[in-house]
Amino acid sequence: MRVGLFVTCLVDLMRPRIGFAALKLLEAAGCEVVVPRTQTCCGQPGYNSGERAGSISLARKVMAEFEGCEYVVAPSGSCAGMIRTHYPDLFRDAPEDLELVNRLCARTYELTDFLVNIAKLERVPGAFSGTVTYHDSCSGLRELDVKEQPRVLLGQVTGLTLKEMDEAEVCCGFGGTFALNYGEISSHIAERKCANIEAASAGAVVLGDLGCMLNIEGRLRRRGDMKTRVLHVAEVLAGDAGE
Amino acid sequence: MPASRTPFANHAANTMQVQSMHFKARAGKKLADVKLQAALKKLQQNFVRGRAERVAELDNFAAIRDAGAEIRERALAHLDLYLREFERNANACGTVVHWAESAEEVNRIVCDIAHRYGVREAAKSKSMVSEECGLNEALEAAGIGVIETDLGEYILQLAKEPPSHIVAPVVHKGKDEVSDLFEEKHGLARKTGIAELTREAREKLRPHFLSADMGISGANFVVAETGSTLIVTNEGNGRMVTTLPRVHVAITGIEKVVPTLEDVATLMRLLPRHGTGQTITNYISVTTGVKAEGDLDGPEHFHVVLVDAGRTKLVGTDLQPMLRCIRCGACMNHCPVYQSVGGHAYGWVYPGPMGSVLTPMYAGLERARDLPNAATMCNQCGVVCPVKIPLPDLLRKLRERQFERRLKPLSERAGLALWAWIACRPALYALATKIGVRLLARMGGPEGRIRSLPFAGGWTSGRDLPAPQGTTFRELYAKRRSS
Repeated sequence: MRVGLFVTCLVDLMRPRIGFAALKLLEAAGCEVVVPRTQTCCGQPGYNSGERAGSISLARKVMAEFEGCEYVVAPSGSCAGMIRTHYPDLFRDAPEDLELVNRLCARTYELTDFLVNIAKLERVPGAFSGTVTYHDSCSGLRELDVKEQPRVLLGQVTGLTLKEMDEAEVCCGFGGTFALNYGEISSHIAERKCANIEAASAGAVVLGDLGCMLNIEGRLRRRGDMKTRVLHVAEVLAGDAGE
Repeated sequence: MPASRTPFANHAANTMQVQSMHFKARAGKKLADVKLQAALKKLQQNFVRGRAERVAELDNFAAIRDAGAEIRERALAHLDLYLREFERNANACGTVVHWAESAEEVNRIVCDIAHRYGVREAAKSKSMVSEECGLNEALEAAGIGVIETDLGEYILQLAKEPPSHIVAPVVHKGKDEVSDLFEEKHGLARKTGIAELTREAREKLRPHFLSADMGISGANFVVAETGSTLIVTNEGNGRMVTTLPRVHVAITGIEKVVPTLEDVATLMRLLPRHGTGQTITNYISVTTGVKAEGDLDGPEHFHVVLVDAGRTKLVGTDLQPMLRCIRCGACMNHCPVYQSVGGHAYGWVYPGPMGSVLTPMYAGLERARDLPNAATMCNQCGVVCPVKIPLPDLLRKLRERQFERRLKPLSERAGLALWAWIACRPALYALATKIGVRLLARMGGPEGRIRSLPFAGGWTSGRDLPAPQGTTFRELYAKRRSS
């Protein structure tokens, strides 16, 4: 099947290796992967800040870029959730576009959800030696029901032990522009997440979204924890997380 | 007791003036308040776990929740009809119904009622709508003594503080603070046990139930088919306030109407479970009309004040789902922001996610610019709402209104517009990001973390920014494809 990889802007800019890990996993699942070269951002920052015009332009761009793909997959619950659950609202005043929008929504997936439920990946390529804990990102969990999918896949990684932390489903405090505009509150919420991670005494926290990743890693380091690794689930599954 | 002798005259600090414009400054103080932080932890433990356990007991929870949302939505869809039906049926059993467009009108109506019956002292059970209006202050200014009889509200009245939670108004206070307060205000030996403190409050309150000429309550629901008002309480003070004084006034928002008692039964399967983690509250008091011949108790005069005060502005708009709210408090109990800063930071009667929608609507978007934005959009509130109010979506709609009315800072509007403009131009985007990630990577140094970043102080004040790898995915991918 022909799958379009929506790399997402944060992966493109901050952690390209996660994009390559996602590519590797999709290929391991037998997909023909295309990566539209002009792709940038799904429009979520503007949309969540109430700026609709720019977000609509970006959404149209995404729709055009992935038009020929059977599926669209993103290594992010947040960006996949933006497309799947919020694009229809973005076009609420443009009924002529709704059919195209709904067609995109129906074939857009978060990476682990796609690997488990659509591509039915049978053998996870990665190996990992150590204990990890998993942070459920809000959008993936509450917009796309991504809960068991990453755990099912991590369960297949040789050498990996998953140890659940308390409040795995509680927000890390990122919230996009919230993290900048309400930094004190955001850091306070991140601190609580870090305390839960610490209490789980795992060597790494694994998650599925770049926003949470930067937020949690940033807070861990600031509080003096240089050891706990913060890894994207794609890196771990692809075997790109090193030892 | 003459009004002048009540210990609570002149507590202007209790007035609920809008302070929401000071959200950021207040939130900062609350984050550093050790006592508050300890109190908020308890709220999480008790109410969050309680709700989860009570909901898990229902094997048809999803269906009950659907039914609850449907009942509320149906009531709002035909709000005018149900309100008129309520008025008709209330009148038929001797209840007088008043319509108040504004907070000032509520105060005027209630003061008029008090004067008409020669009321000198009023005993109140908890009413958030009366907090919206600053009713206590208005009554006191009119020479009528007021005493709050809900334990939490009583404590706040003594402390001259506003509530910080709609169900547990005094959740921000620790037990020690209450011990100190009672010792100071009651002039009795300091008590430390919760049971002893409660007993002391009851002993102080009991005479007021008997001496008050007027009882004032809110209403969790008003029932169209029977013309009844209904309150849900745990302490029994609500029952006393609605039955003992000869005059009773119930004040509530027009949106609280439900068609039938059967509907109330459905909603009552949701409200206590979500509010306090109880399967049912200790009391559900239904007041239908005045004391009839042969009745053992009940008010001789019963007045219901139905309050608009901004509600009709939401009817028929994309914010109407907010009016479904049954005031359980689950959204704030589960909100990571409320859990961090508590209710006072929000600056008005209603805190947390529901308050962040209601305050801008009732008190003005200009006066509460922060509230719709001070949310991570994690949607925990939407998931736990018993009547399925899509709270993050409503917050986003308010953000849209702010954007349209230019109520957001220019820097944010310009920044977002610039981002969208560049992101729509892939060649420019590629160039700008190529430079940007290299710059940031260099700033990150060998450890790969940025400790301070101009224009992003909000981020770096409390955490590092992990530096980018230094090359974009698109560059690396292009290289791979060409090799």
